[in-house]
Amino acid sequence: MENSINNDKYILELKDVSVSYNPEKKAIKDVNATIKEHTVTAIMGPSGCGKSTLLRAINRMHDLYPDIKTTGQILLKGENIFDMNPMRVRRLAGMVFQRPNPFPTMSIYDNVLAGYKLNNIGLSKAEKDEVVENSLKSVALWDEVKDSMTQKGSFLSGGQQQRLCIARAIALKPEILLMDEPTSALDPISTNRIEDLILELKQQYTIVIVTHNMSQAARISDNSMFMYLGELIEYGTTKQMFTKPKDKRTEDYLTGVFG
Amino acid sequence: MKKTIFSTSRYRQLKSKLFFYVVCTFCGITMIPLFLILWELVKKGYKQFNLSLFTEVSPSSMDAMLAKISNEPIPGGILNGLTGTLLILLLAMIIAIPVGILTGIYLAENQKKTFTKLIRSLSDLLQGIPSIVIGIIVYVWVVKPMHSYSALAGSIALAIMMLPMIIRSTEESIKMLPTSLKEAGLALGGSYTSVVLQILVPSAFGGLFTGSLLAVSRVMGETAPLLVTVLGASTVNWHITEPTSAISLLIWEFYNDPNLAPLVWSSSLLLLLVVLGINIFAKSIAKKWKIQ
Repeated sequence: MENSINNDKYILELKDVSVSYNPEKKAIKDVNATIKEHTVTAIMGPSGCGKSTLLRAINRMHDLYPDIKTTGQILLKGENIFDMNPMRVRRLAGMVFQRPNPFPTMSIYDNVLAGYKLNNIGLSKAEKDEVVENSLKSVALWDEVKDSMTQKGSFLSGGQQQRLCIARAIALKPEILLMDEPTSALDPISTNRIEDLILELKQQYTIVIVTHNMSQAARISDNSMFMYLGELIEYGTTKQMFTKPKDKRTEDYLTGVFG
Repeated sequence: MKKTIFSTSRYRQLKSKLFFYVVCTFCGITMIPLFLILWELVKKGYKQFNLSLFTEVSPSSMDAMLAKISNEPIPGGILNGLTGTLLILLLAMIIAIPVGILTGIYLAENQKKTFTKLIRSLSDLLQGIPSIVIGIIVYVWVVKPMHSYSALAGSIALAIMMLPMIIRSTEESIKMLPTSLKEAGLALGGSYTSVVLQILVPSAFGGLFTGSLLAVSRVMGETAPLLVTVLGASTVNWHITEPTSAISLLIWEFYNDPNLAPLVWSSSLLLLLVVLGINIFAKSIAKKWKIQ
């Protein structure tokens, strides 16, 4: 099934993407989808449906585990990621994890610059300051931490830590930002801030977010994917999916028949 | 019915209390040998525990006998042993820490591989080899070809003994780090090497440092492997290719000479205090650098 929104410029194209954790069973079955630039795409579905597995296929995180096999094509700006160096793929596709994970030994300042350090990209002091300030301003954290740059990132609150992790990801100016349930470990106020942030970041980045929370998907996403048992059941604009789902299973999920 | 429930719960509370006291008693019993040893060493060693212990080399048997006859404290100290132990341990650390830490990282990062299981088993076996056997093997490998006892040979023997402890503590420290930390580093486009060196190792540094220090304190008092590798020396020696003394060797020498016997206690007290100090320091470092 070819799922696409319209004929605008696509930054990401998934072609027959399958992922299997063992040879007998596929965790994701032949997913086809295209994602437009500067949009927020939510991947929804019940637990174990393959949402995170699909997201992690996009930046080749599955490469870290030799038992996991990914097949098909994923085109990032027209280039197949499986023909690219995985390190380059991950620089272009930044990732934010479920639980905030700032590097515990690094200061807030160094956490933001971690991507540059890990990639051995040398920056002058002025450039470093600029990257840190811009990244932290983008995630609305600058005012809160500008006087405590040398403190460890792990001393911040959960919500602040997650915003720091987003700043760390966008500091490298990725093409797309992959978010794996970024608010599931946060309180409602912090969740609200992250959601507002996602809407702002949309102006500069393309965001793909895995979420368990349907109302969150409705609030922040332009397009939504519904996955069930490893299959992409439905993909369309969020408005259309929430008002007139095409598939009975999507409707059942959205109305709480299962979840 | 109510009475039954009440009596059952009372019985369980009593059992729980009894168990608690039994545990506390046994904990106390395990402490007794340490305090008894410490008490014995302080009681017998305090007279000789003075500045000259740290500033003078070990006395000759004749000097000690003359002092004994005139009922004076035995002159001299264990400076040659102190410097020797320091030299041997430094060299052993230089050899064992990089090898041990890198092996530990490999084991933690490749847990399912057959090679990992083999290395882990061999490392456990290495820990079980008697220290005198390690000493004799190093004698054959190093002392004989070099035609000389040396600090280097002693440090190789101690490094072999330190390895299993450093490997195991490194493996456990790295395994304790959340997977998300490594994934976060790789997700930023970092190479495997840079993620290991810039994220995993600094994050587990407390564990690695503590493990290495504890390994040092464990081998510090080893005597048997040093007897057949460094031999001993009556003067301060900083050359790694020459025979050297060590605190534990001096204790052995003092023990074998009736005139020098009083120095056994002060030297042992010093050795024990240093080992205890290193242990307490290592534990406090581990606590301070624990991942938040």
